[in-house]
Amino acid sequence: MSIETGNPSALAIILIMAVVTLVTRWGGVFAMSFVPIGYRVKRFIHAMSGSVLVALLAPLAITGDNGARLALLTTAVIMLTLKKPLPAIAGGILVAALFRQM
Amino acid sequence: MTNEMASEEAALHRLDGALTWQGFRELLPISLFVIVFGAAFGLAATQAGLSDASIVIMSALVFAGAAQFASLELWGPHIPLFTMMLTVFAINARHLLMGATLSPWLQPLKPAKRYGVMLVASDANWAMAMQAFSQGRPGLGLLLGGGIALWSFWVLGTWLGLYFGNAVSNPASLGLDMVMGCFLLAMVVGSEKNLRMLVIWAVAAGASLLAYRYLPENSHVVVGAIAGGLVGLFWGSRDHEH
Repeated sequence: MSIETGNPSALAIILIMAVVTLVTRWGGVFAMSFVPIGYRVKRFIHAMSGSVLVALLAPLAITGDNGARLALLTTAVIMLTLKKPLPAIAGGILVAALFRQM
Repeated sequence: MTNEMASEEAALHRLDGALTWQGFRELLPISLFVIVFGAAFGLAATQAGLSDASIVIMSALVFAGAAQFASLELWGPHIPLFTMMLTVFAINARHLLMGATLSPWLQPLKPAKRYGVMLVASDANWAMAMQAFSQGRPGLGLLLGGGIALWSFWVLGTWLGLYFGNAVSNPASLGLDMVMGCFLLAMVVGSEKNLRMLVIWAVAAGASLLAYRYLPENSHVVVGAIAGGLVGLFWGSRDHEH
């Protein structure tokens, strides 16, 4: 591993990135400490937790290549039928790999 | 809510060594794939001109793959600091929502523990923890132990990438870029399904796609998640009144 020389600003930028990321990791918990967690808040939180994943995945499914789409489709189908995550994930990856080799 | 449910909920925020170890082991399979992403990042960062030490330090301190990859696009002789901060914040803003969704189980903990476990919060271990909570199992061990597994292998992979990065220069051809997507999708499909959830997900997906198309870059996750959350809030309160 080379010794850090001549580029002191790189480390500063990395530290700033780390702090910004830490703010995001702590900010949500901190903000919620001022909110009493009642029935309505729980409904919101429950709905939002699945929605984070869906919102993350939607553009991947739409803008991805056919390999990506087939992978997601395979994972969904195996998950619905076998209800086991590991075969579902492995199947998705395998399909993407095979499709892209063609 | 019955008393029974309340005491059950109280037990869900348990966090001890055994639960943490169990969480570590449960996230181990996905963490092995994280080595590959880490290596891909190590290689890309080398190519972007970062020193070996900076690259490993970044993975260890930032621990956020998507934001780290995006930062490489901005790396150069003159790094636009504000743009960099904004990009990192926008991509990682989903952590704010993750923290919020975990808060019912984090609030009973002492602050040091509460903010300590959030240090390693990321997509995979958060999703596993939330799934555990929704099934009535303790989830903070998955968050902490799983996070430690993901973090260790992310840093290890990054370091390996400095030397063997060329072996994974094209992870997409092996389908490896789909690991996280397929994992998170399996979490979604494996969770509670009913008409209410399907409508919530449809709204989240629609809002995310609209934001992806028309709003500033990297805003889609937050926009979609809040849209889905609002549907759950209003639909939920109607159920409650009946």
